[in-house]
Parts: sequence; C-alpha cells; structure tokens
Amino acid sequence: MIIELLATPLGHTVAALVAILAFLGLNGLVMVYMERKVCGFIQLRPGPFEVGPRGLLQPVADALKLVGKQLVTPLGADALLFWLAPFISFAPVAICFLPIPFGPIATGMEMNLGLLLILAFSGLNALSLVLAGWGSNNKYGLLGAARAVAQSVAYEVPLLLSVLAIAFQAGSLNLSTIVEGQKGILSWNLFVQPLAFVIYFISATAETNRAPFDLPEAESELTAGFHTEYSGMGFGIFFLAEYSYMIVVCAVATALFLGGYDGPFAPGIWWFLAKVFFLVLILMFFRWTFPRVRFDQLLNICWKWLIPLGLANLVATALVMKLVK
Amino acid sequence: MKTIGQTIKSLWSLIVGLKITTVEFCKPQITVHFPRKEVTNLGSYRGHIDLVPLANDPQTPRCIMCGYCADTCPSGCISLKFHMVGEEVNPEQRRRLLLGLDVAVPRSGGKTPPPDKIERVLDGFHLNYNYCSLCGLCVQGCPVGSLAFSRDSYLVGRARQDFEFDLLARLKSRAGTNSGKAAA
Repeated sequence: MIIELLATPLGHTVAALVAILAFLGLNGLVMVYMERKVCGFIQLRPGPFEVGPRGLLQPVADALKLVGKQLVTPLGADALLFWLAPFISFAPVAICFLPIPFGPIATGMEMNLGLLLILAFSGLNALSLVLAGWGSNNKYGLLGAARAVAQSVAYEVPLLLSVLAIAFQAGSLNLSTIVEGQKGILSWNLFVQPLAFVIYFISATAETNRAPFDLPEAESELTAGFHTEYSGMGFGIFFLAEYSYMIVVCAVATALFLGGYDGPFAPGIWWFLAKVFFLVLILMFFRWTFPRVRFDQLLNICWKWLIPLGLANLVATALVMKLVK
Repeated sequence: MKTIGQTIKSLWSLIVGLKITTVEFCKPQITVHFPRKEVTNLGSYRGHIDLVPLANDPQTPRCIMCGYCADTCPSGCISLKFHMVGEEVNPEQRRRLLLGLDVAVPRSGGKTPPPDKIERVLDGFHLNYNYCSLCGLCVQGCPVGSLAFSRDSYLVGRARQDFEFDLLARLKSRAGTNSGKAAA
C-alpha cells in the first residue's frame, strides 16, 4: 500500500519533501558544529569541546536554548510581516532541493526546468530579508534589508550568466541531464568552464550572505542587520535557512561543475554529498580568511568584473556551441 | 592593463590568504583543556614572588632580612617582620643591622652572610599582590637570591584578601607537603 503510494508522482514528491526537511534539520546541527570547529582549528583553538564527547552535543544544546527562548515582537513592529519573514526565508529551501540529483535515482522530482525552479525560489530569500528588516521597526534591520536587496539584485545577474553558460553547453535546464553530460573527471564543467565556476562561486557566496559578503548582517556595523530584533527560533529559522541555502548553492555547484554524483568505487550519493560538503568547507574557509568587503567594493566587484566576465563567457560559449554544432 | 595586473595580484593575495588559513587549520592546537590538563611551559612565567629556601633546609628561607626588597618595591607591596636573638644587641649594632651594612653584601650572588653573633629570625614576609606590578626589582635585587617568581599561573581569588600572602607560611607549608611526598 505504502509502496504503491510512493510510486505515484505525488507520493514520491511528498516523501522527498519529508526526507529533505529531515536532512535540513540534521544538516543545521552538523553545519553549526562544523563551522565552529573549522573556526576553532583555524585559530588554533579546539572549538566546542565540553558538551558531549568532543563537543558533539553543542549544536543540540544551542538549538534547545533557541527553542526555549521567549519570542519578542518589538514595539511598533509590523507583527504580521515580522513573523512571516522567517518562514518566507525557510519555506522555499525545501522546494529548491527537489530537482537536485543526489544520486542516479535519488532525485526528489525530475523536471525539465529544475535549474530555473531553484533560481526562482532562492530569489524569494531576498524578499524575506526585506520583510524582516522592514517589519522589525529597527534602523539596523532596515539598513541590513536595504543592503540585502542591493546585493541580491546585483549578484543574481552574474550567477544567472554563469549558470546559463552551462545550460547552453548542456542544452538543458534539467540538472540530471547536466550531470549525465559529465562522465569522468576531465569532462567536469569545472575544467571545461573554469571562469563560469569562479563567477558562480563568488556570486553564490554573495547570494547566501556569507562572509566576506555578509553585509546584510554585518555584526560590527549593523549589530545583526536584518535579524537584529529576532529572538529564539525567529533567529533560529533564519540561521537554519542560511545554512540550507549554503547547501543548495553548493549542491547546484556540484551538479553543474563537479560532475554531480560522478565518481568511482562508492555509490553516487556519497560522492555527491562529499563534493557538497567540500564546497561548504571552502565557504567556511572563506569566512575565516577574508575580511568583509565595503559596500562600494561589493558592488564594484559585481558590476565591473563579474557581469562583464560572465557576459563574455556566455557569448564565447554560445559561439563555440554554434561552431561545434 | 595596469588594472588587470593589479587585479590578478589581488586575486593571488586571496589564494595566499587561503593557504595561510589552511596551514593553520592543519596545525595542532596550542590551547590546553584546562581542568583536565595544565600548561607546562612556564619557564619564563612571572607569578607572584615566592621565598627560596636554603639548599639544605627547605623550611628556612635564604632571606637575610636586609629589607632591600621592601625598600625597592615601587608599589610598597612587601613588608617584613623579624626579631633578633642574641646577647650583645646594643643600639648602635641594632641600627647597623637594620640597615644591613655588614650583613647584606650587594651582588653577593646568594652567598651566606658572614657569621654574626646576633641572629635574626624571620617572623613573617607579607606580600600584597594586589598592588604588585611584577616589575621584578625585588627578585633582581635580592642579595642572596631569596626571591623568585612563582609558577602559579592558575591563581584565582574572590576577594582582595585572597591576594595578600604570608610567603613564609607558604614556604613552610610547601616544604611540609614536599617532605610528606618524599616520605610517602
């Protein structure tokens, strides 16, 4: 009965969504632990160590603390928008995971426009940051929101350009098809389109508001930016969403550039996860290595470098594809 | 052209930065999990001062009660208490003794003072660590090398009184525990 239900497209999608949400919850814990350990090791510290064996239960303790905290709506805040924002931030993430091919058959939902779906729904994140900043009636929140919009709008362009180059080359927006086109390490798009990968990765760092592009939540300038006024799980959901988006961008990067689940010996899904978490590790290294850019530098990098380079890359790809065909 | 060269240089600097953090990432930690482990490389650590005992008698400090440390301390942390035992203590001798003219030979490198008929007995060596700036003048200037920095890096206290020490009592208790350990 259940197996029959799972075989229907709707049943399959629901099961995939449940699995994705479970994965995201667990992933939040793993990434918090990973981030703090990476930070500690880079600074020659042990990182969390006291809660549980080697500090393994530290993220659980953090999560319990966040759950137990009182939820405060600031005076003069727009309560509806204020509490809507975290959910708008987190809800689309699950949908972004649906078209990602974790393994040869481990795809939540096969669709022709998978890449487009991910790009469209991850764009909603900017909206949630604006609502959070606007709704909380706080100048730091509003400044953070303004920065988030400018940053997201700017960096979505090079992100799309680099993704489009790969889509041109593969002739498809279906992530599974793109992965199928990369068999063997030398045919990975990382080596075929290195410039697109660099542009994609920089833009993805900016899209996920990670350091050195974490201007919307710059601690030293804006207290906590758009989530200044959020307490307890309000903040917790933003946090979870940020880490989930990191996984989304790294998973898309893996599928587009690193051959997806392509790899010897082990089953594909392990290769896929290994590549994703390797990219996440690089993002974490970025955070603890580079100082935050200034706002004008942020926009200069985008408009003066990434977009022209992305356009040139796209035109070159189109030309080559035309000539080869 | 110049801009492009500069950009490539800046991009290279990012890679250099990443290399540095990667190297640091792989290095062993240098912090110590305190309650379970303690630091050992305290050779140059300056804790509060402590009395150094005689080589043959761990109960007795090398101190000759010259008072140099108390005089030289810029913060006035140190105060000595002693009394004299002996028959021929006349006022003139007493004064000389207090000044330490005969006894304390400057820069004698810790040699025992010349024998004297009048013996001085140390009753207390008080240190008010609250005001100590760890300048080390007392340790540097002690003519018999009776002062040294302690290696107690985990010293904590909740009140001002916790940092007022009787170093003589500390020395005696330390000698007691040491001999106890040796006996055990």
